[in-house]
Amino acid sequence: MSPYEWTILEASARLSAGDVSAVELAEATIARIEAVDARIKAYLHFDAEWALDQARAADRRRKAGESGALLGVPVAIKDVLCTRDMPTTCGSRILEGFRPPYDATVVDRMRKAGAVILGKTNTDEFAMGSSTENSAYFTTLNPWDLRRVPGGSSGGSAAAVAAGECLGALGSDTGGSVRQPAGLCGVVGLKPSYGRVSRYGLVAYASSLDQVGVLARDVQDAALLLGVIAGRDGQDSTSMNLPVPDYVAGLGEVDGLGGVRVGVPSEYFIEGMQPEVRDTVRAAVSVLADLGAEVREVSLPHTEYALPVYYLIAPAEASANLARYDGVRYGLRVEAAGGLGGMYTATRGTGFGAEVKRRIMLGTYALSAGYYDAYYLKAQQVRTLIKRDFDEAFESVDVLIAPTSPTTAFEIGEKVDDPLQMYLADVFTLSMNLAGNCGLSVPCGFDAADLPIGMQVMGPAFGEDKALRVAYAYERATDWHTRRPIL
Amino acid sequence: MILTREQVEHIAELARLALSDAEVALYQEQLSAILDHFAQLQELDTQAIPPTATVLPLRSVMREDEAGSTVTRDEILSNAPAAEDGCFTVPAVLD
Repeated sequence: MSPYEWTILEASARLSAGDVSAVELAEATIARIEAVDARIKAYLHFDAEWALDQARAADRRRKAGESGALLGVPVAIKDVLCTRDMPTTCGSRILEGFRPPYDATVVDRMRKAGAVILGKTNTDEFAMGSSTENSAYFTTLNPWDLRRVPGGSSGGSAAAVAAGECLGALGSDTGGSVRQPAGLCGVVGLKPSYGRVSRYGLVAYASSLDQVGVLARDVQDAALLLGVIAGRDGQDSTSMNLPVPDYVAGLGEVDGLGGVRVGVPSEYFIEGMQPEVRDTVRAAVSVLADLGAEVREVSLPHTEYALPVYYLIAPAEASANLARYDGVRYGLRVEAAGGLGGMYTATRGTGFGAEVKRRIMLGTYALSAGYYDAYYLKAQQVRTLIKRDFDEAFESVDVLIAPTSPTTAFEIGEKVDDPLQMYLADVFTLSMNLAGNCGLSVPCGFDAADLPIGMQVMGPAFGEDKALRVAYAYERATDWHTRRPIL
Repeated sequence: MILTREQVEHIAELARLALSDAEVALYQEQLSAILDHFAQLQELDTQAIPPTATVLPLRSVMREDEAGSTVTRDEILSNAPAAEDGCFTVPAVLD
């Protein structure tokens, strides 16, 4: 096995033991990137020399007596997170070449832990999309089938982890953008509870929904990464002041799932979803039952309304958050007739892609005079109903299990001309962002075309430890997560 | 369609987006189809339901009014498309 195939915990153990240096580990990962990224196109920004400098610094830190599970481990960062030493484009031309003057808090925490940041990964523009086809630069390809999408918006991070181009990655999840690409790429993708992880330096899309998420090859690695980035941050007043458990240690506490109550929401097993996905996830639920879990059907009655609620609230918040891109202080500026006003409209008209413009307009309309009550306020009220569904379900179960995506990876170009069809790709992930609870997608099988199928393990707010334990027990009883795409 | 051309142009103006005629027509069609789909929300009786703006119990999180470190002027201007005398320069506002 080449070092780029190790899990973070494996790499960490070998770095600790002195079997390998951070430089050697970085070199192996860099060689992998150089071998496959021309085909996968996961990275928007990659600098081998700079990565090696960081690796050398990590080796020096280790020599000076430091340890820590992430010291010297090569990771990738989705390009919606601010990095002061690398460009941050959010997959958009309006931020082409932008160099933030600060690091996102999660990036800072990763650096303090000694992670080696290889580069910035591709994303749908401003995290708006489910396939990474909305990136203004290029589309990332699914390592399992290069004619297919990796999912989105964290498609670059998911593909990079699946292809061995990093040992772990950060992404962001507003409507499913960590979980869905993780599901489509056969890796683990975790969205923390809203308020668990700081959003400082995460370029804002929808402020009441956004969370930084983690992508990795297995549940232990995901638990490790979560532990590094989680916790209150004075610079994000929406980060909760709650203790961060040792998520990795917490995995080892449970042997089997006796006493664990697993809920299966009937609304997530519907007509129109790929039959293999439905059958595979049901088979995974049986494995949980075999491990001793008490499985019961539950209902989240307002699930079908999650799509309109999300696609009114998120665009409304985005229309406010993206108002800052005006050509004045950073990014693209397009001068045009009409003075300052002309500059605003020309800059934004040129710099934003179609999906971003669509969502800004949808949001602007939903908030506008005469329509606010019927659309935005209504959506917020239904959001309350959706959240209540989850709160009530978690009174009788510990975790909820559902498919991550209604289908396996679709073909590039298949849904780009029909926005609504693309939005439907997220029907199983949207509710969690609206309710604010946590969950992760784990690999649970493959379809007849050898495409990965993901299963969501959802926990209550600040119940990441519960979801992780169930996911870990499942992983130890199966080996889906050990399969790698052939490249 | 739910949206008229004039409405789309008005929304684009509110959002400060310059759109071509082709874009106006395309978005009119696409946004109308999307909004049409969202009509299903009206099925639900939400009269007695409070809106959720945030899922957290936090409100008005404050800190002590103590000066700390900040970003420097040079850092703030480092990405400026145009700058002069420590300020961002912009085209004149035409009235």
